[in-house]
Amino acid sequence: MNWGSWSEFFAMGGYAFYVWGSYLVTLGLVIAEIVLLALRKRSALARLRLHGTAAQGDR
Amino acid sequence: MNWFKYSSPQTFFPLAGKLAPWFGALALVACAAGLYIGFFRAPTDAQQGEAYRIIFIHVPAAWMSMFLYLVLAFWAGLGLVFNTRLSGMMASAIAPTGALFTFVALWTGSLWGKPTWGTWWVWDARLTSELILLFLYFGFMALQAAIDDPRRADKAGAVLALVGVVNIPIIYFSVKWWNTLHQGASVSLTKAPTMAATMLTGMVVMAFGFWFYSIAAALMRSRCIMLERERASEWVVEYAEGPA
Repeated sequence: MNWGSWSEFFAMGGYAFYVWGSYLVTLGLVIAEIVLLALRKRSALARLRLHGTAAQGDR
Repeated sequence: MNWFKYSSPQTFFPLAGKLAPWFGALALVACAAGLYIGFFRAPTDAQQGEAYRIIFIHVPAAWMSMFLYLVLAFWAGLGLVFNTRLSGMMASAIAPTGALFTFVALWTGSLWGKPTWGTWWVWDARLTSELILLFLYFGFMALQAAIDDPRRADKAGAVLALVGVVNIPIIYFSVKWWNTLHQGASVSLTKAPTMAATMLTGMVVMAFGFWFYSIAAALMRSRCIMLERERASEWVVEYAEGPA
């Protein structure tokens, strides 16, 4: 084990800003991508439900 | 097994929907294991202290940024040659995730460069060619978004993607061809890795995690693209109206 305590872990030997700045931004971007994908699917389905019934008329 | 069975959107759509959660779960497991090894098993670096722990996302993200571009170009080229609909959709489905990992590689590299090199950024060959890769992803997405007809958008995007492939060996070999501030490869196919075994394990496990994540994200995005592009086909309308 590398760390004597949690505060030592979070301090990252004085490099907390650089290490956590890397990890948190990456995590944030990944979460953002997942949320955007879910929203994109939902809006695609909503648009289909809206136009789907109308489109059946001209087929 | 007939692989062509899954080359149409109608048959690929449910397959992608079944596979995506599994790859997502694998990604979660691999990343959890990789982070555990990276933070609790890998020792402190003798020269860089704890700052080196950025490596567990920086290197896998950089690998993925190049690998995903090659996969994107492969699908784009396949679409150009065989004129299959699914190929173009797969290429478009990969692009944003590839751009994400390219940005992550640059961002974490910058945060690593400051404490170790003393600068956030230098215009050396490795950093510049990786930045060009980010612009290639953005260019591919912007070009596709600018063309209304999806089939024409796929063709134009494919040409851009294939021309851009030349940048991949430039990124990879930049540290050899030019005198860069960026260090050479610590892991290569021809030599034994020049790092502690636990550090290497953590890095490889994280790379698998990112790889599984990319597959999951690309599959999910390909489903969105199919719903958007194939909105006139019966199966899409049925899917939208059926119990989701």
